[in-house]
Amino acid sequence: MPMTEQEVFEKVRETLVDALGVDDEEVTPEATLTGDLGAESIDFLDIVFRLEKAFDIKIPRGELFPDNVLNNPEFVQDGKLTETGLSQLKERMPHADFSEFEKDPDVNKMAELFKVQTIVNYVKGKLG
Amino acid sequence: MRWIWIDKFVEFEPGKRAVAIKNVSLAEEHIHDHWEAYPIHPACLLIEGMAQTAGILVGQARDFREKVILAKVTRAEFEDVVTPGDQVTFEAAIESIAAEAAATRGTVLCNGQPLGRVDLMFSHIDQNLAGVEFPEENFVFTGQFERLVGPLLEPRNG
Repeated sequence: MPMTEQEVFEKVRETLVDALGVDDEEVTPEATLTGDLGAESIDFLDIVFRLEKAFDIKIPRGELFPDNVLNNPEFVQDGKLTETGLSQLKERMPHADFSEFEKDPDVNKMAELFKVQTIVNYVKGKLG
Repeated sequence: MRWIWIDKFVEFEPGKRAVAIKNVSLAEEHIHDHWEAYPIHPACLLIEGMAQTAGILVGQARDFREKVILAKVTRAEFEDVVTPGDQVTFEAAIESIAAEAAATRGTVLCNGQPLGRVDLMFSHIDQNLAGVEFPEENFVFTGQFERLVGPLLEPRNG
């Protein structure tokens, strides 16, 4: 039987509590991984490992958390994502909500795209 | 002389599991400052001992080609203290391993009795996601760590 969104959210929450050492209450759908939950780069890898195990899915490198965007000069100029960069990122992250970010695509604000809901959307997409 | 906090490997299953021991001695200089009235092997060095056991296990899984660096202490809990004359056993197992990183689970015993748990994450820094470059020469595996595990990797004769 396929998992409901609530079931996926609860399992994702458990994963984040284990990986980041935060409390259940802190893990809300809108909570950002780096800003609200204090995740660092190594934590992103830990999260990927745990999600793979918890949901029995394979997460190819760069699919959940895209890499090689910030160091590409075609995608970033003067600290902001270019048109090309933004559309590339949107293509690679159909699981993220860009409505706020695209108003001011500042590179320093990119971390805000990675919310708990982003992960829930990605996992739901993988589970089909 | 390098910073080495395990004495000997006693079991080694490449890619899976490793067990190493460390004998705590009053002859170790640091223990006289930690503390003079009550010498205790520092918990941070118990974590380091596990990091070396697990790190060598992870490194050997990729033939010591990667620069394996301790990146995260996911969990470190100890129930008691370790004092001179004790023998600590570190049992480490690889939980996941990928191109960029590895995660290990581990238990620590003191004189054969459960002492604690240490779970770690290692980064293969040459494969880091940020694209940072490091010197080519492997400054992590310079020979000393490999010599520790060498005898257990040799094929048995007869």
